[in-house]
Amino acid sequence: MALSAKTRARKAKKHSEVKEVWRRFRKNKAAMIGLGLAILIVLVAVFADVIVPYDRTTTQVAEKRLQGPSSEHPFGTDHLGRDLFARIVHGSRYSLFIGVSTSVLSLVVGCLLGAACGYFGGRLDNVVMRLLDVFMSVPPVLLSLAVVAALGPNLRNLLIAITISCVPGTVRLIRSVVLTVVDQDFIDAARSYGASNLRIIVKYVLPNAIGPIIVHTTMNIANMILSAAGLSFIGMGVQPPAPEWGALLSSARVYMFRAPYLLYFPGSAILMAALSFNLVGDGLRDALDPRLRN
Amino acid sequence: MAAASESVLLEIEDLHVVYQTDLSTVYAVNGVDIRLDYGHTLGLVGETGAGKTTVALSILRLLPERTGRVSRGTIRIKGRDIMTLPEKEMREIRGQTVSMIFQDPMSALNPVITVGDQIAEAILLHDKQGLTRVQVEERVEEMLQMVGIEPERKNGYPHQFSGGMQQRVVISMALACNPDLLIADEPTTALDVTIQAQVLAMMRRLQEELGTAMIVISHDFGVVAETCDFVAVMYAGEIVEYGTAEEVLDGNIHHPYTVGLFGSIPSLESDAKRLSPIEGLMPDPTALPPGCKFAPRCPHRMDVCTEQKPDTYLIGDGDLKIMCHLFGEGTGK
Amino acid sequence: MYRYVLRRLLLTIPVILGAIFLVFTIMSLTPGDPGTLILGMTADKEDIEALNRELGYDKPFLVRFFNYLADIIFRFDFGDSYRTRTPVFQEIFQRFPNTFYLAVGSMALSSILGISLGILSAVRQYSFIDTFFTVMAMFFAAIPGFWLGLMLMLVFSLRLGWLPSSGVDSWRCFILPTATLSAGGAAGLMRLTRSTMLETIRQDYIRTARAKGASETTVIWKHALKNALLPVITSMGMSFGASLGGAIIIETVFGMPGLGTYIVTSIRQKDVPAVSAATLLLSVLFCLIMLVVDLLYAFLNPRIKARYTS
Repeated sequence: MALSAKTRARKAKKHSEVKEVWRRFRKNKAAMIGLGLAILIVLVAVFADVIVPYDRTTTQVAEKRLQGPSSEHPFGTDHLGRDLFARIVHGSRYSLFIGVSTSVLSLVVGCLLGAACGYFGGRLDNVVMRLLDVFMSVPPVLLSLAVVAALGPNLRNLLIAITISCVPGTVRLIRSVVLTVVDQDFIDAARSYGASNLRIIVKYVLPNAIGPIIVHTTMNIANMILSAAGLSFIGMGVQPPAPEWGALLSSARVYMFRAPYLLYFPGSAILMAALSFNLVGDGLRDALDPRLRN
Repeated sequence: MAAASESVLLEIEDLHVVYQTDLSTVYAVNGVDIRLDYGHTLGLVGETGAGKTTVALSILRLLPERTGRVSRGTIRIKGRDIMTLPEKEMREIRGQTVSMIFQDPMSALNPVITVGDQIAEAILLHDKQGLTRVQVEERVEEMLQMVGIEPERKNGYPHQFSGGMQQRVVISMALACNPDLLIADEPTTALDVTIQAQVLAMMRRLQEELGTAMIVISHDFGVVAETCDFVAVMYAGEIVEYGTAEEVLDGNIHHPYTVGLFGSIPSLESDAKRLSPIEGLMPDPTALPPGCKFAPRCPHRMDVCTEQKPDTYLIGDGDLKIMCHLFGEGTGK
Repeated sequence: MYRYVLRRLLLTIPVILGAIFLVFTIMSLTPGDPGTLILGMTADKEDIEALNRELGYDKPFLVRFFNYLADIIFRFDFGDSYRTRTPVFQEIFQRFPNTFYLAVGSMALSSILGISLGILSAVRQYSFIDTFFTVMAMFFAAIPGFWLGLMLMLVFSLRLGWLPSSGVDSWRCFILPTATLSAGGAAGLMRLTRSTMLETIRQDYIRTARAKGASETTVIWKHALKNALLPVITSMGMSFGASLGGAIIIETVFGMPGLGTYIVTSIRQKDVPAVSAATLLLSVLFCLIMLVVDLLYAFLNPRIKARYTS
């Protein structure tokens, strides 16, 4: 009975902490704009088929090639006469999917390795960190490129490639956060009453490290969207005719002087996506910063 | 009160300081009067949040720029009103007329500059005689020696010193220009107990040798007893009791808050069975009670206390002053 | 101090060896054998097998790796291109300067811009200048580099005709790519400098300096800057890594004959030795820059300096 009251109290406390963070986040104008944009992009990606049917992204109308924006084609048409608006709307699925899945994937690997290294330290930590040093000695884009080069350019391999280049940074971050948490007394206290390592990591270490992890993951989404677009742009990622934004720009390059709107819209879409997650990440960092409390 | 006699070094009248943020206004200091003569030492005692540090920062005009603001009152140093001084003249006062020692020596020293250079900077900033490099270095060594550090260590960086040594460096830096007034904000709180005693003894010795006036801020009566001639007890931004060290520390007549503070110090001599800490907490500085600010926690609370702010009454024929209704018209103990 | 330099130099060697192993491993995942890749699917089976034997492809993976490593170390031989059958190093050597100038130039530009604007913003916190540059940095951190490059090309080359849109024939060809590539880095460094500077200004020792009577200029330049720049220097190394990666994409945008375009075309042609060699060279360059950055950091940070001098 007493225990359940305690749990309830803890839950209430957690709840009010979340509320407090939200209150401070809400006051940050830039962060709210970012959140609005991010929600918009998510909605567009989720309801892409409702907004405009998928077949409009593939319908080629020969006599409508490279036509500027009009009421019928708000973003104009591409070199094959396909509707750019439809292609951008459906392209949001690629960017969002790539950004979120690679970030979450590297987060999972990062949590496993980072928490283990930070918590257990010693030999394991040493080996993993040296290994990461090697991975980090190759600049991230190059590492992704090498992976794509070996495996071949397609969506799945792009995901693998970007995740690999992103994992080392995530592991390092989580390790360092875990290290600062592990040093604190309540971990010793938990150990002293015999909690298992796994329990300590899951119940005490990770929840206390959650702030920086959330911020990092949010920012990562933006970076991953940019990387993916860049790789697709040089033909090493998602391949045309898929309406990925980077790929759209890649095929638009040839017509950039005749039809600059082919650059404007996909580019702005990428910019908006990256900007929104960056803004949200920034806002979260400020809202979670204990020094800025009150 | 006029700008008064030659002997007065620092005069604070009716000082009010507020910290303003988007969310709230904190009333940190609410009408403080302090008068300090040359060569005298004053202890400023009170709990965390009583406004002691704020008073100190006001004297140097170093309140946090965007939030802190003196809303009322005057501060005069050597008879000059510093509230209206241009920044350039204020800089000349800082470090030369008034210098300050901060609580945590580790963070008060710049980690990437050698301690010698940090002391030298204080000297150079106020150098009127055009000292040569060699002379400055000599002075630095002399200062280090004075606080008991081998002069050779001047090329070391702060992290190479222990906490007590760091505080000595900070003190030598503060004394480098022979200031008239030294403000020490919790100078020993961050130090080990044994080191505390050493540093306090050294401060006392230097104060006597150099004749520097001193304001020692502390939550610890022991520190103040060790170093001060006069003691002011602060509570919620007001001085509730003021007197000579003897009167405040050893006397029998006190503000109820002071009594409470004594009650929360463990004593080896007294036969009291247990400590009697003050009930309750300091009032919320954003919403202070209208009458006596101590009233909500006061064991002697009367009706008048919650309604009307008490005056300060002179007790006996010494310096003792207490701000409490208990000592008002005929209600005295 | 020189003990630290030595230590750090020695630590770089296993990392570079590791990088070679990593790249070799990844590239050996490429499906198909070199014989087929060189001679084509239609070639005679026996010819293919003979060529594979000649290239040592019939040997186990680790043996191949050590042969590769030995060739690099003792003969500076990164293998022959599958496409041209000539040593890849020749072509890489010709192209390397273009990538080097682009990456180093943009790192220099982004550092200068980023750090100075960061300081300016922090010192004038909440002012119009601060808001303006913070918002700009926010945008430039989110702009895809290749798109910015295309837009700049559209405006300055195609519309205004001020600058060449491609090639490497004169220094003017480098202006647009360098500007493009440095934008993201400058934005990142500006944001970092601003926040570390603001953090530093809040420190107690800054208050101490003010209490000594130091002027605001002294406080900023003497007391705050050196402390604030320490984390910035660390991230300059990573920023250079991003520059190198970005350079590959930007070279494609501006059609520059550098290592980036070389890598991209080599990937298309499944020219494994070429991709490996170019990737390795850029990684080694990155390691060396990280080394320089670490040394600079140690030099500025008395904690590390003291540990090795005393």
